[in-house]
Amino acid sequence: MSTLSTVPGLRAKRAVPAVPRVRRGVGLPLRAGVGLKPEHFRDVLETRPDIGFFEVHAENCMVDGGPFHHFLGRIRELYPLSLHGVGLSIGAEEPLDEAHLDRLAALIKRYQPASFSEHLAWSGHGGVFLNDLLPVPYDRATLDRVCDHVDRVHERLQRQMLLENPSTYLEFEVSTMDEAAFITEVIRRTGCGLLLDVNNVHVSCTNHSRDALVYISSLPLNTVGEIHLAGFATDRDAAGAPLLIDSHGSPVDEAVWDLYAAVLAGTGPMPTLLERDNDVPSLATLLDEARRAEELMPAPAEAEPCGICWSRS
Amino acid sequence: MTQATFAAALLAPDLPCPAGLRAWNGSDPTARLAVYRNNVVSSLIDAVADTFPVTQELVGEEFFRAMASVFVRQHPPRCRVLAHYGAEFADFVDGFTPARAVPYLADVARLERARVLAYHAADADPLTAERLVSAMASGKDLGALQLTCHPSTSVVVSEHAVVSLWAAHQGHGDLSAVDPALPESALVVRPGLDVLVLRLPPGAARFVIALQAGAGLANAAALAAGAAADFDLPSALALLTGHGALITAQFPGSRIQ
Repeated sequence: MSTLSTVPGLRAKRAVPAVPRVRRGVGLPLRAGVGLKPEHFRDVLETRPDIGFFEVHAENCMVDGGPFHHFLGRIRELYPLSLHGVGLSIGAEEPLDEAHLDRLAALIKRYQPASFSEHLAWSGHGGVFLNDLLPVPYDRATLDRVCDHVDRVHERLQRQMLLENPSTYLEFEVSTMDEAAFITEVIRRTGCGLLLDVNNVHVSCTNHSRDALVYISSLPLNTVGEIHLAGFATDRDAAGAPLLIDSHGSPVDEAVWDLYAAVLAGTGPMPTLLERDNDVPSLATLLDEARRAEELMPAPAEAEPCGICWSRS
Repeated sequence: MTQATFAAALLAPDLPCPAGLRAWNGSDPTARLAVYRNNVVSSLIDAVADTFPVTQELVGEEFFRAMASVFVRQHPPRCRVLAHYGAEFADFVDGFTPARAVPYLADVARLERARVLAYHAADADPLTAERLVSAMASGKDLGALQLTCHPSTSVVVSEHAVVSLWAAHQGHGDLSAVDPALPESALVVRPGLDVLVLRLPPGAARFVIALQAGAGLANAAALAAGAAADFDLPSALALLTGHGALITAQFPGSRIQ
């Protein structure tokens, strides 16, 4: 990605082999974006806010017709789109659901998103969908399986996907590597990009008593294609230690803003999504958070962003 | 530990925490597993509540969420697209003993489910009254005319005042003035961007159901007249075209829209 020329040090330190067999995504603009919510459809079209991109959950678009497609189609004519999957279950023990991949391929063909991303997680088993992003052990068998699944996504969708680092609450006794090493290896072997969710980093590192900056610096930051920011809720575990919950229901925490600034210092400006899925506030409130993210972005070394054509208007 | 074991533990709060899980500080992983248990069940309850808001208002949030928590464990989604979740909910409410005091609850749930299906149904251009009239004036065997309903169309037949109850919760009409024991049928359709909910006379309800089952005009009208002596075909057709509930009028062998 051309933006990475702004951080040659990182590239030199953490070389990730080029992956010729995967066509890289067009790329999102180096700006902030927000999640597109049905309650904001009309507001977006009427006010046409100055925002870098919108992101939608792929599964919310997997319906035959109706207002969702109507408004998404119109908004897509005005803004770049990030398609974010929450149900592919890449970490599942079972094979990927080919029918679901077909639905994703159809959505990508229809809306030509600048980015497609999914999670390092599983979300169902035995035909039951659990609607959550569940943790995987970081061992050799899981690594092989996740890589096979990412390979299959690349093969079926014919484009690079971004893999999001998870927020987790538990660890597995069978794990033989740490999370950053696991993700780094998936990226190295499959050529996928990284969706770096900075809130997830903060949540998981707090929950497992790790150093967030060490975790981030262990990742191949030159493969980051998007950053996510969100709010969390606070709980305690059985021993009274803090247990943060990735709730997407509150503003971004100051600790996460600080971490984000630290990431940007290494990566330069990055497409950054403000995620809010519960207790969704007004569009104006979300746009304020997006502006704050853009204010933290250092000026890019070159004016052109990583993508090809992000403004269709 | 397999994902089957983990998944089973998420849906059954009484099952012990699966072996092989740990926390950095050696604390009991059950408390941490509870985060996943809560995420799964409460997000699914939220999905049910999103689809059935009036059902929830009728019994109150606390009762509704308790009922939905039983539902989501008995009927977890089989599909990754949550817009499709909840097909079994109305039948579940019918059999949920603590809800028996509200006999119309399941039918209100049926109406709300029909609304969500209509919202996400395929789009199609409604048949105009003019086109229907010109098809009917073509001199062909009118009784064989096949009318196709809009893909978003459904009919909810109820022994209760399901439309009035639902409408009162949208700010239309006085809830205290509704007699829940009066039978009503609903036509649910989305000809454009907005889902419409209309009260259908009993004959017209039977007529639409017959059309959806593939009956020609004559057979559908006969079934409707058998269900309600006052069935009036012209007014039923006017109501359906007036609300965009038909999309094609077609004689066997030719197609006129």
